[in-house]
Amino acid sequence: MELFNPNSNIDFLGWRKVSIIISIILVIGSLGVIATRGLNYALDFTGGVLVEAGYTNSVEVDQVRAALEAGGFHNAQVQSLGGTRDVSIRLQPQADQKNADKVATDVLTALKARRADVALKRHDFVGPQVGAELKTNGIVAIVFVIFGIMIYIGIRFEKRFAIAAIASEIHDTILTVGFFALTQKEFDLTVLASVLAVVGYSINDKVVVFDRVRELFRMTRKAEPYAILNRAINQTLSRTIMTSLTTALAMFALFFFGGPAVHGFALTMLIGIVIGTLSSIFFANPILYWLGVSKADLMQVSKENPELARRP
Amino acid sequence: MNDFPRWKYALVIVVLLLGVLYGLPNLFLQQPAVQITANRGATVDQALKEQVQGILEKDKITFQSIELNGDHLLVRLPTGENELQAKAQELLKTSLGDQYVVALNLASTVPHWMRAIGAKEMPKGLDLQGGVHFLMEVDDKDVMDKQAQRYADDIRVVLHDKNIRYQSVGRGPQGVVVQLRSAEDRDASLAAISSKVPDVVVSNGKTFGDTYTLDASVKPQKIKEVALNTIRQNQATLSNRINALGVAEPLIQQQGDSRIAVELPGVQDTAEAKKILGATATLEYRAVDENANAFEAQKSGQIPPDDKLFYRRERGPDGKPIPMLLKKKVIATGDELVDASSAPDQQSGTPSVSVTLNASGGRKMLDFTTQNIGKPMAVVYVERTPEIKIVDGKEVRSTKVTEEVINSASIRGVFSNRFQTTGLESNKVASDLALLLRAGSLAAPVVIVEERVIGPSLGKDNIQKGVSAVLLGLAAVLVFMAFYYWLFGLIADIALFFNLVLLLAVMSAIGVTLTMPGIAGIVLTLGMAIDANVLVCERIREELRNGSTPLASIRAGYEKAWATILDANVTHLLAALALMTLGSGAIRGFGVTLFIGILTSMFTSVTVTHAITNLVHSGRKLKGLALGSGYSHAGA
Repeated sequence: MELFNPNSNIDFLGWRKVSIIISIILVIGSLGVIATRGLNYALDFTGGVLVEAGYTNSVEVDQVRAALEAGGFHNAQVQSLGGTRDVSIRLQPQADQKNADKVATDVLTALKARRADVALKRHDFVGPQVGAELKTNGIVAIVFVIFGIMIYIGIRFEKRFAIAAIASEIHDTILTVGFFALTQKEFDLTVLASVLAVVGYSINDKVVVFDRVRELFRMTRKAEPYAILNRAINQTLSRTIMTSLTTALAMFALFFFGGPAVHGFALTMLIGIVIGTLSSIFFANPILYWLGVSKADLMQVSKENPELARRP
Repeated sequence: MNDFPRWKYALVIVVLLLGVLYGLPNLFLQQPAVQITANRGATVDQALKEQVQGILEKDKITFQSIELNGDHLLVRLPTGENELQAKAQELLKTSLGDQYVVALNLASTVPHWMRAIGAKEMPKGLDLQGGVHFLMEVDDKDVMDKQAQRYADDIRVVLHDKNIRYQSVGRGPQGVVVQLRSAEDRDASLAAISSKVPDVVVSNGKTFGDTYTLDASVKPQKIKEVALNTIRQNQATLSNRINALGVAEPLIQQQGDSRIAVELPGVQDTAEAKKILGATATLEYRAVDENANAFEAQKSGQIPPDDKLFYRRERGPDGKPIPMLLKKKVIATGDELVDASSAPDQQSGTPSVSVTLNASGGRKMLDFTTQNIGKPMAVVYVERTPEIKIVDGKEVRSTKVTEEVINSASIRGVFSNRFQTTGLESNKVASDLALLLRAGSLAAPVVIVEERVIGPSLGKDNIQKGVSAVLLGLAAVLVFMAFYYWLFGLIADIALFFNLVLLLAVMSAIGVTLTMPGIAGIVLTLGMAIDANVLVCERIREELRNGSTPLASIRAGYEKAWATILDANVTHLLAALALMTLGSGAIRGFGVTLFIGILTSMFTSVTVTHAITNLVHSGRKLKGLALGSGYSHAGA
């Protein structure tokens, strides 16, 4: 079976103005949402107490909230954990941080006062300073990844490729994080890990296209950048979409069957796959084109690299 | 025509066999067990084994086996009998008393020959088996304060020895501030302190009227050293105390510069755990009363007025505690101990511990030893455990104090701040003593900054969900590949399956702890590993379209795809590496899995598929390749 016409010659670059404008709007929009609404940081980052409770019979979130209200917990955030029996209850950081387990038992007492069929599944306490450090570490990790990749591509390819790759990485990261700001879904440690995984996934995609661009430039005698870039996208299109599909399939399995612990992770990856795939086609290559990549740039590199020089 | 060298086939076969061998232990389900270890002086031997067997048989608790494994006894119970396990623990705990630690554990059912070659199951993280996680932080400010205090004492002694009169020596914003009456005194002090107290930097401070000041600050490298030592000390004391909790496999790890992560699998009662972790320890050097008989005093209850009754840490041959009468007056305390380390004695070569006290402790020791040569001196280890009890609905905080004599030796000569305890029984005794001494010196208090409790049912739930996500993810990709690329898809499927096996094998062999984010990493790897196959398949299709023969297409496809695969994977590895090194906890587990997954997938999806493809197609005249593409036709 073959879904994609191998001789397809869609003029992707022809849409570059529209696609770049859309990208820019999306980036600005995301930054705006991140700045105004902020991220709904999970306990990992804010500190505080989180209690997960499980009921034997199904329960309404409002019921839990009322029980907590009656027990003296006024600003508790109650969320359903997929299904109707498990809920997570989050309490803001308190001055007396040493008594996390007491808070947990108090919560249980409050819940039991209304319904007896409840039990604690787990509870977490995170001190505020730990959370603040995680944020910094996360940002350092993302910056490290982006620049590490830039240096590698700069060496293996050429600086224009590196710039295009980095621009797309930043684009993908901002859009993915923007999605979390927009939907106000919880941003926890595993989501941060998956944002980094999105960066890894997306760069994978770009490198494959760039590799083809490089190869076509070297193979073609009269290499017209516009035509070359378009051909590279078209020739790798089938692979780009196939890999996105298999990765998405695996992530769907994780999303639907992996449980609440990895829900956020799978969701981020799914969004990242869509963003990463589209940006490989509609963002990275137009930028490469505008940066003025040419045959001459790539031939220089090949002289220094005997392995590549052997290729036609 | 077959360009795939023979050694590569051999490599593929060997690696796959090893993968299966080392991945296999994960299929053996663990069974409930009770683990018994000795506590303070007791021994685990054949006699204990028979005793345990007797206890269990008397109460008709069915067990599978009792094994004597070096320093512990393992009672295996039938699989799935978790209630029985709890019952057995309770019974053994009450029957054996506090000489033994009885802990719940999960015993591996991996055959011995497999364990012998290092094939073992992956340890599971707390999120998969339930338990308590604490992150404890050393109070840096307290460390600094105590350091400044210590050096202030030292400086006072130096000035006193040099006969320099000073107004005051106190704590300043930078460390220690010395106030003097004249510029001459100040210069003299500067010289004296610089030469005698090498760990501080001294400089002239401000002058107010008649008061001349000196600022002394502790050298940064010294502070760093102290902080690191504090962490090690706390780590050591925590390991010591956790034994008392009856946890089979606790994990105590340094994290960053000032944190210690403690993981206690299977523990649910955080209050009990915290109580023990929050204990503080100190030391007391005391003179031994030689004129009274401790055993008689213990029996009659008549203790000389200047004395106090203590017990030794180790028990006597009859299993009873050994009493000792020590003087009430304390010579020096743990606050005055700077360092203790074990090393063989330079003269006799016997195991010994050398101790360094600070200046004030040294002076007291000098006074005491000049008058008491030849007499014994003992070290008492004092542990204070905070306890919270609920009395009439109110919290009552109290402290439980445990005092033990950890060492007693006669004074051979006059000494002050540096001395050695020689003639210890073994190197282990020496290093244990040094550890206890350091633990009792001023260890900074630790604060719990993070606490996570995962219930056992949630752990089981997570495993189940994780396994189904992995299997369903794998199935979805397998079906999709077979459907889209036909024979090549099936080959890629075999490779993908082996990728999972290899990934699990490598993780098990190097002992990566499996967590939920790790499982997410496995699923992601499964989805992305196929990328290399897609690249190869697409390349082969292209070659076929360009009119190459099937075999040439295969060869060119692999060759051309390799550079792309390499570049794509190296960049991806960079991302995984950052996750691994910069992230903590959840992020690291994911990063490690992803990193290993990328490496194994490069091997399976390139080398393994190439081997199979060549095997399938070699020696046959091919008209086309079963690539599922419209341009070629299956079978020849």
